[in-house]
Amino acid sequence: MLYQLLWQPFDEFAFMRHALVGCLALALGCAPIGLFLVLRRMSLVGDAMSHAILPGAAIAFILYGLSLTAMSIGGLIAGIVVILAAGLVSRGTRLKEDASFAAFYLVSLASGVLLVSKWGNNVDLMHILFGSVLAVDSTALLFLAVVSSITVIALALLYRPLVVESFDPDFLRANGGGGTFAHLAFLVLVVLNLVAGFQALGTLMAVGLMMLPAATARLWARSLGGLIGVAVGIALGSSYCGLLVSYHADLPSGPAIVLSAGIAYALSLLAGREGGLVWRWLRSRHLER
Amino acid sequence: MTSPLRIENLTLTYHRHPVVHHASGEFAQGEATALVGPNGAGKSTLMKALVGLLKPNHGRVDFGQRTRRDIAYLPQQAAIDRSFPLSVADCVQLGHWHGSGWFGKVSHRARHQAEHALEAVGLAGFESRNVDELSAGQFQRVLFARILLQDAPVILLDEPFTALDSKTTADLLAVIDRWRQEGRTIIAVLHDFEQVRSHFAHTLLLAKEVIAWGATDSVLTPHNLARANAMAQAWDERAPVCHRDDPAPEAAPAVR
Repeated sequence: MLYQLLWQPFDEFAFMRHALVGCLALALGCAPIGLFLVLRRMSLVGDAMSHAILPGAAIAFILYGLSLTAMSIGGLIAGIVVILAAGLVSRGTRLKEDASFAAFYLVSLASGVLLVSKWGNNVDLMHILFGSVLAVDSTALLFLAVVSSITVIALALLYRPLVVESFDPDFLRANGGGGTFAHLAFLVLVVLNLVAGFQALGTLMAVGLMMLPAATARLWARSLGGLIGVAVGIALGSSYCGLLVSYHADLPSGPAIVLSAGIAYALSLLAGREGGLVWRWLRSRHLER
Repeated sequence: MTSPLRIENLTLTYHRHPVVHHASGEFAQGEATALVGPNGAGKSTLMKALVGLLKPNHGRVDFGQRTRRDIAYLPQQAAIDRSFPLSVADCVQLGHWHGSGWFGKVSHRARHQAEHALEAVGLAGFESRNVDELSAGQFQRVLFARILLQDAPVILLDEPFTALDSKTTADLLAVIDRWRQEGRTIIAVLHDFEQVRSHFAHTLLLAKEVIAWGATDSVLTPHNLARANAMAQAWDERAPVCHRDDPAPEAAPAVR
């Protein structure tokens, strides 16, 4: 009975297995990336970037059809162009980074929608925006695994400079620099993970797998290692739960996964050890006595 | 023995406004120099140039034979994200950045040194706390411990005692005194003249231009301070157009 509920779908159908492995790989890379975005107060940059890669994917789609490789490369190029342009603008003018990101991603999103609606059709647009995790084939799976590996390795290499750059940027600059490089490399990782996510979850939903576990982790852990652990755990857990729910209840899988992460977030808001509402309420009662 | 840290006809600008203007002089080697002046006098800007974070528009900083490793710099607290989930031990350990770098191992010796440094600033046993649990005073002590680990011959402190209580300030001034006894060169931006008189033998009074530079008693005179205040207020209005090849103004004769 429990087996039927929790494992049979994966045992029986290859596409469910593909989806599960793909989502787990994605979760492994996305969660730590999202955590650094939250810690660096760049939560909305993830969202902005997910829109920014749209025109690249759209152009590739128009030229080459529904080819994962072409769309991924297109999205990657568009994302990196936006990163570099926004970086140049924030260094060269008085605009702060978030403002220049906002400007570029809005332009990028508008051109993406324009391209798709002129030369594609609405179904394509829906596919790019919301993906279809149940159509993850072995090529896509390989791509997800590669991106996930690159992300984990790159984060291990960039860990210290990223931490120091977030905590005390002047210290890093005064002691040999490297902060700008780490920052740009990190943004490229963000784009890479979003691109990896858009086949499985769609660009918009991929951000959910990035940000929700990261925000949830803040409610449970204090140390950086603990935060990463909790975020990865929640991302993996909600991928699994979301796929199960989508199978049993016949719901679209992307939103189901992100909503699972959303439920984890809501529960943590109540019960989280670090600042959860229940604890806060208990503590304030304690103080009254 | 390295030569002293010098600035030569140094002009620094920020958004095209001159902030430090034709400043020249030499920081006393192995001594403590206080950097004083009204708000907006260019003190922090000068500090940034002394660490190499800001490129001079004109003139230069003569670092002697020093590299970045030889200069420890404590910026104003505002630039640090204190909500970041970093432990006190890790924060102090950053002082070893030149040894550990991006991937290097942190040795047992380094860990012990970090513990000793925390002890020296009165925070023994705080290693596993997070920096966001500390008060402003405790956090400043942690940053001083980080400088202890950097073990640099030149130490730059930008307003190290702002918003600290008298006990913390006294403790940290004692640390500075010890650095001086060890023969390190210390340059600190300060606002409290009492602190300057009792702990800093040398003073540079800055108000965009060098108003006075030398022994503290000869610099902190009512006349000089009045000039510094007037200069800070009036500078922008009365400043002549400055051409690159203009000789430096009288207040700061160019060092040749």
